[in-house]
Amino acid sequence: MQFLQLLVSGISQGCIYGLIALGFVLIYKATEAVSFAQGELMMLGAFCGLALMTVLGFPFWLAVPATIVAIGLFGVVLERLVIRPILGQPVFSIVMLTIGVGYVLRGLVTMIPGIGTETHALPVPYKDMPLRMGELVLSAEQVVVIGATAVLCLLLFALFRYSKLGVAMQASSQNQLAAYYMGIPVQRLNGLAWGLAAAVAAVAGLLLAPITFVHANMGFIGLKAFPAAVVGGFSSLPGAIVGGLVIGMVESLSGFYLPEGVKDVAPYLVVLIMLMVRPNGLFGERLSKKV
Amino acid sequence: MRFLFKTSYAQDLRLAKHGGHLFWYGLLGVALLSAPWFTPEYWLAQLTFVLIYAIVGLGLMLLAGYTGLFSLGHAAFLGVGAYTQAVLTGMGWPFFLSLACAASISAAVGVVVGLPAMRVKGIYLGMATLAFGFIVEEGFARWESVTGGNSGKTVSMPEVFGVPLDSAMAFYFLCLAITVVCTLVILNLLRSPTGRAFVAIRDSEISAQSMGIHLAYYKTLSFALSAAFAGIGGALYAHKLQFISPDQFSILQSIDLLLMIVIGGLGSVHGAFLGAIFLISMPQLISLGKDWLPDSVGQSPGLQGLVYGVVLISFVLFEPMGLYGRWLKVRTWLQMFPFYRQGMFKRQKSFQKSDRLK
Repeated sequence: MQFLQLLVSGISQGCIYGLIALGFVLIYKATEAVSFAQGELMMLGAFCGLALMTVLGFPFWLAVPATIVAIGLFGVVLERLVIRPILGQPVFSIVMLTIGVGYVLRGLVTMIPGIGTETHALPVPYKDMPLRMGELVLSAEQVVVIGATAVLCLLLFALFRYSKLGVAMQASSQNQLAAYYMGIPVQRLNGLAWGLAAAVAAVAGLLLAPITFVHANMGFIGLKAFPAAVVGGFSSLPGAIVGGLVIGMVESLSGFYLPEGVKDVAPYLVVLIMLMVRPNGLFGERLSKKV
Repeated sequence: MRFLFKTSYAQDLRLAKHGGHLFWYGLLGVALLSAPWFTPEYWLAQLTFVLIYAIVGLGLMLLAGYTGLFSLGHAAFLGVGAYTQAVLTGMGWPFFLSLACAASISAAVGVVVGLPAMRVKGIYLGMATLAFGFIVEEGFARWESVTGGNSGKTVSMPEVFGVPLDSAMAFYFLCLAITVVCTLVILNLLRSPTGRAFVAIRDSEISAQSMGIHLAYYKTLSFALSAAFAGIGGALYAHKLQFISPDQFSILQSIDLLLMIVIGGLGSVHGAFLGAIFLISMPQLISLGKDWLPDSVGQSPGLQGLVYGVVLISFVLFEPMGLYGRWLKVRTWLQMFPFYRQGMFKRQKSFQKSDRLK
């Protein structure tokens, strides 16, 4: 029972990692860039939700979509203003750029007087409602995290599988030049990928907020989502979620069964092993260069 | 403007290309040598930190700027050097012997980290070094019998050939000497076949390989050398602060180091120094600027991060060559004075190349 309990809490934590990793993968697939600002976008999402609910007095069901749309738009604007001018430059520049964006976002939020340096609780309607299933005790927050992740995954799957937009995004991620020749507006789709990634990050932030509270440094959890993305394979959307679940479960189990301190490094040990065994990740595509 | 007509290889390989170089670097040397006598104690300490960070920056520049492999866990090497030095000098080893040990242990660790570099590229390598950085940081915190854990470890002042260097001035000269040696090593390395091989790998792995460069060997070598420099820097850092704890070698420190060389100017030795000056002087500049800002902004703890972020973004967007690139432009403008043209340094448009097939 203990094991199952640990597993479930690992899964709910893993869903958060998976959602942030989804953001990395969306951006990586579309533009081959890696965004180090994903954790900060998540933090921004949580703060945006907080502001809408407590300052503007939005009800919960209205604040959530409003936050997602707002952060999604922010992602689009970010891509247009900051990322697009250096497209085609080495990956390293884009990485540094997103690190800079992360610094700026964290700095800006910390500078909000009275709010930025405090920790807040997000007022959600489903707080403190433990669910019992046999001997298994689940908090409502964890159930919501798992449920929302599943729904979001289905939505994204449907988007990429059935909508014209999703198919176009897939095409441009496979070969940008060929997609461009076929009349697909590759640049606009890149912007959309950033927007989508930001929106997913906002969802992760809103889901994480009731569990860990909202504060300016909550974005550092993004660093733990990198292992999730690598384990799943940087270019696979289902891989991101699976990788997140793996990392979450490894972390939760090693925290209980292994000596103190292993829990914090467990995700990174998993990554190192993964990179040695299967550098492309569990679901990563294997490409070989033909000369 | 001085035109150089190179007529022999010896001329091409010369470190100081012409008398002007000798004059200006000589002047810089005189200024640095006489600095302790007319700078206040506080600024001398800052200058020492600039030298220490410049050593680390030189190492990271070799790796990121010249070999094109970037490390997101470089502070771990700094930490390995610092702890090695702290432990060995604590056991009574002489300074230079323990410094050599710090460098070689860091280099050995660098080789271990460099091993995945043979298999993975680009962002995956970044992930590997990031993971490594986290693991080492946690290792420092947990291995309490050696590192003192989270409560930290005190380090004594160095003793060189039996002479205790207990004044700030003496330690400054030690750092200056080591920095000069490190710079000369880097400069000579870069004009040697090894350095050329590094640059070839950075520019194109495939063409480097087809020219007969053993990729795995040179990539690992680059990691090892870079880690050795970081180890030396770490050892001096430990002596300067006289107290080390795991949180000084965190992933944020690694990112600061990357920020330093990017702002200094990737792919230039000057860049390592300019970046170190930037990193050390930035907090001072910010605290100077604070008085001009309203209190709610100036006193906020987020101000420093915000300024770093904005500076980093604007450099990557507008001046990819960093501070050194800016200096090149100013110098060219001065040299060509009435004939400088607007588009001389225009960045070429390039098509996005897929990293996946590299």
